[in-house]
Amino acid sequence: MTNKVLLGSVSAAIFAVAAAGIGLADIRTGASLVINGEIPIVTETEPPEFLQDVFPEIYSGWVFRTDETRAMEEDDFDNPGMLYVEQGIEAFNTVMGTEGNSCASCHDAPESLANVRPTYPQWDEAHGEVQTVEMQIIECQTERMGAEPYGYDSQQMRNMASLIASVGRGQPVNVAIDGPAAETWEAGREIYYTQFGQLEMSCADCHERNYGNLIRADHLSQGQINGFPTYRLKNANVNSVHNRFRGCIRDTRGETFAVGSPEFIALELYVASRGNGLSVEGPSVRN
Amino acid sequence: MTQTRRQFVGHGLAVAAAFFGLPHLASAAQVEEALNAFTGGADMADDGITLIAPEIAENGNTVPIEVSAPGAEAIMLLAAGNPQADVCTFNFGPAAGSSAASTRIRLAGEQEVIAIARMPDGSFKQARQNVRVTIGGCGG
Amino acid sequence: MAENVTPRVRVPRDATVGEVVSVRTLISHQMESGQRRGSDGELIPRSIINRFTCEFNGTSVVDVTIEPSVSTNPYFQFDATVNESGTFAFTWYDDDGSVYTDSAEITVA
Ligand code: HEC
Ligand code: HEC
Repeated sequence: MTNKVLLGSVSAAIFAVAAAGIGLADIRTGASLVINGEIPIVTETEPPEFLQDVFPEIYSGWVFRTDETRAMEEDDFDNPGMLYVEQGIEAFNTVMGTEGNSCASCHDAPESLANVRPTYPQWDEAHGEVQTVEMQIIECQTERMGAEPYGYDSQQMRNMASLIASVGRGQPVNVAIDGPAAETWEAGREIYYTQFGQLEMSCADCHERNYGNLIRADHLSQGQINGFPTYRLKNANVNSVHNRFRGCIRDTRGETFAVGSPEFIALELYVASRGNGLSVEGPSVRN
Repeated sequence: MTQTRRQFVGHGLAVAAAFFGLPHLASAAQVEEALNAFTGGADMADDGITLIAPEIAENGNTVPIEVSAPGAEAIMLLAAGNPQADVCTFNFGPAAGSSAASTRIRLAGEQEVIAIARMPDGSFKQARQNVRVTIGGCGG
Repeated sequence: MAENVTPRVRVPRDATVGEVVSVRTLISHQMESGQRRGSDGELIPRSIINRFTCEFNGTSVVDVTIEPSVSTNPYFQFDATVNESGTFAFTWYDDDGSVYTDSAEITVA
């Protein structure tokens, strides 16, 4: 009983309805994002089937940002995330490890990996597990290059992940949630609806039930990950999906999972699938 | 409930502190000093200069600013509420195509951004705009 | 030298005589303000780009003095008048004495 009451009062204290009346009225839909005048980005679309009773529409986080923040993403020159993509390109072409290979030795140009960001996390048959982009990079470094792998959330990894996202921009997110990935997806879904921390709030409490509202003056989105890695104005760097998850859980004043943990891998698959149909947008610009 | 709210606010301050160190904010005297160093205390006209800044900046760490003062030879930007008020000064050379520039700046909190232009005849112009800063709320 | 400092510049490839062209520059740089404390509680020493210049065929377009309130990855946009073909030269000056340069050609006809 106390729990219920507490949750109610906490929510009332935290959320403010953005516009007068119903919060959803404040979502500024209808604007279109075209990057460099040539890559159209789907920022709002029909939800995937399993969310059809939950959302009328799914939105990229871009929709919830101010005009100034939105504009930074419209042109690669204005998007500081592209600086990290450039560092990723340099690393892609640099020999690393005992085998004398660079990523380019086997993958040619980064563009050959255009289909990666839209379809990851993805089941990996050989390893019998769902792999994120970061895990796949580590796999190539350790199993094929004889190289010291990048740390899961290291700057080098975020640069490389930004490069791989950038070549996939404009393609629809399309992660598979059935077949061998189904079990991991279910585990991720469970985590999404679990209440964390002293505030006893789940991802859904904020991103499903309160998107469009203000939380401490910040405009809440649906918590989609089609724009990752995100260049955040806050730390002026590109940020990984798991780092964002960690921050969100920490803000409920709860114990969080580790970057690269099985829990976050499962959660990433589930959250990615909630955005099936939105365009890959990373490196995007967020606050 | 009151306590929860306070904790959330406190967190925001902590975030602000992380950007700038604890805000030893510029005093009015310091702003005055920076202004005087540039203008020598001369009067400033309020027209002929345009300052474009967002009314609400989503994050004080990166706030886009645009300034234009046709004919000016230099424009100084000040952030009156930052630990150090000076932001930058544009000195336009003979090959400049206009006396206008854009940049991105840090703002420690809600405050007034000031642009001062020095004209070739030694006169000065100023524009001021208040910017509210939403410090990146939740979500790490 | 600060790590991973990469300048980027953008100017149009060609223009007509006397045209005013827009110039954009961005350089990856931490712009450590000197006001921040590290995880050890110590102040992290200031390390910023303190000056940026752009010249066209040796003539100044803009010369900017920069303080710690300019954001990480400093961005500048401004205009230049081009009366002939030539080269834009860009220079960023770091607190630690490093100097970073970049250039861009433009054909004016
Ligand atoms: C010796 C050759 C080789 C090198 C070097 C190599 N890779 Fe790979 N990479 C492969 C092979 C083979 C696969 C397919 C393996 C699989 O499907 O699990 C692959 C798969 C990938 C994938 C997933 C592609 C997809 O369509 O699912 C990514 C992403 C990737 N590599 C990134 C990199 C990066 C980044 C580097 C450099 C750090 C790198 N690779 C270096 C051979 C290589
Ligand atoms: C207390 C409210 C709250 C909770 C609970 C919460 N978040 Fe967030 N989250 C935010 C806020 C505020 C932001 C920043 C504004 C925005 O983009 O929504 C954010 C941002 C995000 C983003 C970045 C979106 C983008 O477009 O870049 C993702 C992804 C995200 N959250 C996922 C999650 C997940 C997954 C959970 C559960 C583990 C979660 N959040 C729990 C408040 C919350």
